[in-house]
Amino acid sequence: MEKIPILKLGDFLLVTIQVDMHDRLALALQDDLSTRVVSSGARGVLIDISALEIVDSFIGRMLGNIAAISAVLDAVTVVVGMRPAVAITLVELGISLKSVRTALNVEKGMELLRQAFEPRSQNQ
Amino acid sequence: MNDAVYSRLAETINKHETDILKEWLDNQRAEGTLSKSLEADVQQQSREFLASLKNSLRQGRADIMAAEWIEVRDLLTNLSRNRMQQGFTPSQTGTFIFSLKQPLFERLRKEFGQDADSLAREVWTATLLLDKLGLFTIEAYQKTREAVISRQQQDMLELSTPVVKLWHGILALPLIGTLDSERTQVVMESLLQQIVDTGSDIAIIDITGVPLVDTLVAQHLLKTVAAARLMGADCIISGIRPQIAQTIVHLGVELGDVITKATLADAFAVALTRRGLAVQAIKP
Repeated sequence: MEKIPILKLGDFLLVTIQVDMHDRLALALQDDLSTRVVSSGARGVLIDISALEIVDSFIGRMLGNIAAISAVLDAVTVVVGMRPAVAITLVELGISLKSVRTALNVEKGMELLRQAFEPRSQNQ
Repeated sequence: MNDAVYSRLAETINKHETDILKEWLDNQRAEGTLSKSLEADVQQQSREFLASLKNSLRQGRADIMAAEWIEVRDLLTNLSRNRMQQGFTPSQTGTFIFSLKQPLFERLRKEFGQDADSLAREVWTATLLLDKLGLFTIEAYQKTREAVISRQQQDMLELSTPVVKLWHGILALPLIGTLDSERTQVVMESLLQQIVDTGSDIAIIDITGVPLVDTLVAQHLLKTVAAARLMGADCIISGIRPQIAQTIVHLGVELGDVITKATLADAFAVALTRRGLAVQAIKP
C-alpha cells in the first residue's frame, strides 16, 4: 500500500500530499504522523495540500484530527497551500477548521512555525 | 369563432383603408402618443399594421397566437420595444391598438348599418380582436421591461466586487450593495484568488456600502472570513456604522475573534501594525 512520505526539517515534520487521498491512506497518515511526532520529538507539523483539488468532509475532518492529535503531543500543526475552491467547499460544508493554523504556502508556513517557537519582533 | 366573419372585417378594412389610416393617426395624435419626430415612424407602423392585419384576417384563423398572425405579432413586439425604450407608458403603447377602434367601427357602421344584427356581430368580432391585440402589445411591453431589469442586475453583480491591494500583503474588499448568497460566492472566489495571486495575508472587508446587515448577511460575511482564514489570511471587517453595530448585537451574531473596526483607516492601521510597519512623517 502506498504511504505518504513524512520528511524531517529541523524541529519540524513536513508532509506533502500529492495524490488524491482515499480514506485508508488518510488514516494511515494519521497513524504514521503521530508515531513520527513522538519518535522525532518534533515541535511542529507542516501539511502541504496545494496539490489537492478535491477535499471532502472526511479529509477535512482528518486534517482537524491530525491537528488535535499533534496538539496532545505538544506539536503545532500548520496546513498550507489550500486552493480557493477547496476553501470555499470546506466552508460550505461547515468545516471551518478553527483549531488548525493555516498559511498560504510552505514558505509562509515555516515562518509561522518558527515564530511560534521563537517569538521575536517582526522585521519586514 | 366563425372564420367567415373575419373576412367581412378584412374587406371593410380593405375598402376604407386610407380613411381608416388617416382617422387612426388623428386619434393617436389627439391622445398625445405622437410627437413631431415620431410622426413619420408611426405613420409607417400604422400603415404596415393595417396591411398585416388585413392579410391575417383574410387567412381566417381566429387565434392571434397562430402562425398566420406572426407578422402582426412581430410588428407589435417591435413597436412595444421601441415605445418602451422611448419612455412611453404601457397605456400609451396599448393606445396604438385601441385608438383604431373608432375609425374601424365608423366604417363598419357604413357597411352594415342597415342590418342591426350584422352590425352587432361585426362590431363584437372587431372589438374582441382588437382587445386581444391590445393586451398582447401591453404584455410585449412588460416583457421588454423585464429583460432590461434582468440585464441590469447581471451588470451590477459583475461591477461591484473589486479587490484592491492596499499595501504589500494587505488587500481591501470594499463591498457595495446587498450581500446575497449569489454575490457572496462571487466575492469569496475573487478574494481568495487575489490572496493567492498577491500572496497577501491580511484582507480588510469594508462594509460601508452594505445598506442592510441581517443574520443572513452576517453569515455570508463570516463564511468569507472563514474561507480566507483557511488560506492563511486574516480578515478585518471595517466600515461598521453605529446602526449596524446595534443590529449585530441585537441579533446576537457571534463574530468570534474576527477583528472589527469602524473605519477602513483604522483597519489599515491594524493591518500595518500586524506586518510590523508604521507610517512616519518624512523629516525635512
